[in-house]
Amino acid sequence: MRTTVDTLLVMFMATCMVAPVVAAPDAARQAELLYLLNQDCGACHGLTRKGGLGPPLLPSSLRDRPVRLLVSTVLDGRPGTPMPPWRGELSEQDARWLVEALLRGDGL
Amino acid sequence: MNHYANARLLLAILLLAVTQSLAAACLLRGTGDLGVVIERASGSVQVVDTTARTRLFHITGLGDLSHASVVFSRDERYAYVFGRDGGLSRLDLLCGTLDKRVVQAGNSIGGAISQDGRLVAVSNYTPGGVKVFDAGTLEPVADLPALDDKGHSSKVVGLVDAPGQRFVYSLYDAGEIRIADLSDPDAPKIERFAGIGRQPYDGLITPDGRNYIAGLFGEDGLVRLDLWQDRPVPQRILDHYGRGEQKLPVYKMPHLEGWAVAGRQIFLPAVGHHEVLVVDSDNWQETGRIPVHGQPVFVEAEPGGRHVWVNFAHPLNDTVQVIDTQTLKVIATLKPGKAVLHMEFTPRGEAVWVSVRDDDVVRIYDTTTFKALAQLPAEKPSGIFFTARAHRTGL
Repeated sequence: MRTTVDTLLVMFMATCMVAPVVAAPDAARQAELLYLLNQDCGACHGLTRKGGLGPPLLPSSLRDRPVRLLVSTVLDGRPGTPMPPWRGELSEQDARWLVEALLRGDGL
Repeated sequence: MNHYANARLLLAILLLAVTQSLAAACLLRGTGDLGVVIERASGSVQVVDTTARTRLFHITGLGDLSHASVVFSRDERYAYVFGRDGGLSRLDLLCGTLDKRVVQAGNSIGGAISQDGRLVAVSNYTPGGVKVFDAGTLEPVADLPALDDKGHSSKVVGLVDAPGQRFVYSLYDAGEIRIADLSDPDAPKIERFAGIGRQPYDGLITPDGRNYIAGLFGEDGLVRLDLWQDRPVPQRILDHYGRGEQKLPVYKMPHLEGWAVAGRQIFLPAVGHHEVLVVDSDNWQETGRIPVHGQPVFVEAEPGGRHVWVNFAHPLNDTVQVIDTQTLKVIATLKPGKAVLHMEFTPRGEAVWVSVRDDDVVRIYDTTTFKALAQLPAEKPSGIFFTARAHRTGL
């Protein structure tokens, strides 16, 4: 029984590690995403990402948050706050790339 | 004196004249037809002439203008620019200079100038609250924290001036409206109105200085405060206006500071709906809902109130629509370009200036024919503000 659980666990972990092989958006799309980040996300989070109605998006303010949580916040928004869901406009890979760009501080 | 010496003297005089005119580049003219255009990405501002439709000056060094608003001194010579980074800048429109600048908070959202023109107030996100400055020197005059009953600081939005040397504003996190009486700037008197509703996102005051209206983000509705009452009681208006409809994701907060009052009717943006709401200012009942192209951001009446102009939130922000205030119908749909951020009417409303961020241009339209009249290049233009605001309560 125990072995079955272990096996399942190992399989589950393997899936987790293998599954999200998402290719990065191409260069043109990356430029569009950075523009969106600066101009439209910037409406609430500030052009310099120091925050406004929305919280700061600086690397130092995001570093401790799990990437998966940040990606899902971008895609599905935050109910009860003005953060809207961007799914539909952004794909999973777009959102993941944006979060990575924020964590790196791209364009700051 | 020979010809050579004469020529040299003439040259010297000419050079002196040129140098002097460069040193004193300030204009000798009126300012009633001037204005400023915010260039949000570069922290710069254009000073424009709305009669000649030209740019007079380009002023840089204003910090983060990703969100910015402007009020004018009552002599219409100075513009006070409130930037995102907490910067309060005073511009001299005649000299085209950044006259004074203070960074008064970490993060701010807007400001107002007092009835007598002597005080400038700024509303802040970080730390929350309102700071008041001397309009002449930008020296601090009063600090009005926005603490709720538990001592938490709140972001402040919807700051306007009101008659009686007062400022009115809303606390986003606390769900409160406050009136600050600065008749004695050393001892401001604060009146609090708590429990007005969830997440007020902006506020406006009607041109007569009577009604303060705060829009709510956390619920469908607005709150009205009658400032002519000795003891005003907050009144919910257009309550549950989105009833039975799916609220759409909001990609840009509507703005209420461009009041849209046409006769008895007040036109307001619906949050999360493709609608402009109409309310009768006699009884505060809803009199209409106008389906429009997208989620409204600015809903602005032409001077006089014949038409109301509307722009929209991302991603439907390439369009401007014109509503006839008599029939409550959309009578024109314009496509100025991608990312229309703001509209401003000339003082008597024969033309409207429209900022188109992604096209790096300001387009000027005739308000009778809706035809494009001219355009001016501008770098990522956002807010447009003309000096005629100086003499209007709430602007």
